[in-house]
Amino acid sequence: MPAAIETQGLSKDFRVGFWRPRPYRALHELTLRVEPGEVFGFLGPNGAGKSTTIKLLMQLIYPSGGEARILGRPPGDLSVRRRLGYLAENPYYYDYLTAEEVLTYFARLLHVPAAEVSARVSRTLDEVGIGAERRLRLRQFSKGMLQRVGLAQAIIHEPELVVLDEPMSGLDPIGRRHVRDLIVRLRDRGCTVFFSSHILSDAEVLCSRVGIMVQGRLVSSGRLSEMVGYEVKGWEIVATGINAALEAELRTKARSLAAHADGHYAIHLAADAKPEQILAELSSRGATVESMNPIRDTLEDFFLRQVTSAETRQTGHL
Amino acid sequence: MRAIALVAGAVFRESVRDRVPFGMVIFATLLLGASFLIAQLTAGQDMKIIKDLGLAALSIFGLLIAVFIGIGLVSKEVERKSIYALITKPISREQFILGKYAGLVFTLITNLSAMTAVFYLVLLYMNATTSEIARQAWPAPAMDPRLLVAVTLILAELMVVTALALFFSTFSSPLLSTVLTLGFWVAGHFSEDLRQFNQVVEMPIAAWIAKALYYVLPNLSPFDIKAEVVHGMPVPAMHVAYTLAYAVLYISILLLGAIAIFRRRDFK
Repeated sequence: MPAAIETQGLSKDFRVGFWRPRPYRALHELTLRVEPGEVFGFLGPNGAGKSTTIKLLMQLIYPSGGEARILGRPPGDLSVRRRLGYLAENPYYYDYLTAEEVLTYFARLLHVPAAEVSARVSRTLDEVGIGAERRLRLRQFSKGMLQRVGLAQAIIHEPELVVLDEPMSGLDPIGRRHVRDLIVRLRDRGCTVFFSSHILSDAEVLCSRVGIMVQGRLVSSGRLSEMVGYEVKGWEIVATGINAALEAELRTKARSLAAHADGHYAIHLAADAKPEQILAELSSRGATVESMNPIRDTLEDFFLRQVTSAETRQTGHL
Repeated sequence: MRAIALVAGAVFRESVRDRVPFGMVIFATLLLGASFLIAQLTAGQDMKIIKDLGLAALSIFGLLIAVFIGIGLVSKEVERKSIYALITKPISREQFILGKYAGLVFTLITNLSAMTAVFYLVLLYMNATTSEIARQAWPAPAMDPRLLVAVTLILAELMVVTALALFFSTFSSPLLSTVLTLGFWVAGHFSEDLRQFNQVVEMPIAAWIAKALYYVLPNLSPFDIKAEVVHGMPVPAMHVAYTLAYAVLYISILLLGAIAIFRRRDFK
């Protein structure tokens, strides 16, 4: 079975400067494979090359080197585009058409059977949460609503692969939740989802695998469980009723102690500390334990380490 | 063909709802409607004034609409990035260009038809309210069908202008496209002078450059038969046929050029 997305040494140079244009390499030999049915998060800070990669996959721009294949075919293949949905970053559509008209137009271009277009448009607009605004012209839409129109046009033809460039951009918390739920539903239908983001919490919740881009290079790629790991880095105990004497004693045993309110503390212990003993001591000295949680590495910690070390390497090369 | 028709349909729908060209059509129809008032001020010349003013209004407002929407077809789509959603659908870049062009031509035909209908209503009114003796002094009848020939050539000229706007839009910004299109339109009306340039300059290189420009720039003066129609002079059928054939050829070259540029263009 062909990969949903496959790139081999994909590179892109842009010419910068007006009088003496010189090449600027925005993407360095990207080799990547996304399997069918995966939710793949393409992460990286601004200017890392995420959108450049997506534009190459969509053939909005042409590569300077290497090659890409979408669902086993070259990106420009028209038959592939019928099986593909794409949401651009900060999408913009036609001011004087309504959401319903824009979606009908795209559905027809995408060869949705004529008899199904109307029902599919209604269902999709409802699914992205703008069913009530279907007859409003898009010039009256907010940025978040346009984002939802963008999502609707990307999924109306029930594609096998959906490529979303910063799908959470411009959305309020409710909108972000809707998009997360939508990606989960797409995954459950067997659709491959490839999305770029710099919001790591979304990637952590949604992705089976992620790739991290820094300054045009893929610095890390793999399963979240492999990247982040599940080893315990420490413990956090939250307790109330801690008096001054107990506080002084805890300071000698804990890595740190943070006061939330009078007698209410968060106690941070090292990984090799024995939390059971502290719990027993708190209990015997009249304090009440509210919670105890292990501290693990997050995707954010991993991401920051990768970005910092890649940037340090790049600076070292200069 | 289906994709071209779908794109053209969307362009038409979007264009006819756009306020600026809509406003232009309204303004032009008001001007046409008011032309008979202006004609009252000119004793004996009323019909010529109305026809002159009417055809000039069709031509100028048609030009403004063609440039305004023509530029928006591609360069504004690229600038606002609305093109991203469209050209990632199962549609080739050639179909995109041809669909956009067909949609605008359809919009132009609709707008020109509306303005021409108002123009004929004014002429009908003038015809009905003018005495038989005064009518006989007119160089051509009020409802002269040759006016439609003049309108057809105006439409053909506007189709050339639209193709120019589309061509420039494939590689330049909206502002630059507008300047280039209007510049070519102005130069196109003086291109006959370029052909005769060797008679007024002595430098062979200047004459050669003028001749080259004559062949590159659109020759738009043959499209203007307003004076002949208004004054009841003959308009040879061969002139109309050659001019239309020239329009088809020039538009085809521009569209092929636009497609060639657009096919390899990066949308950053």
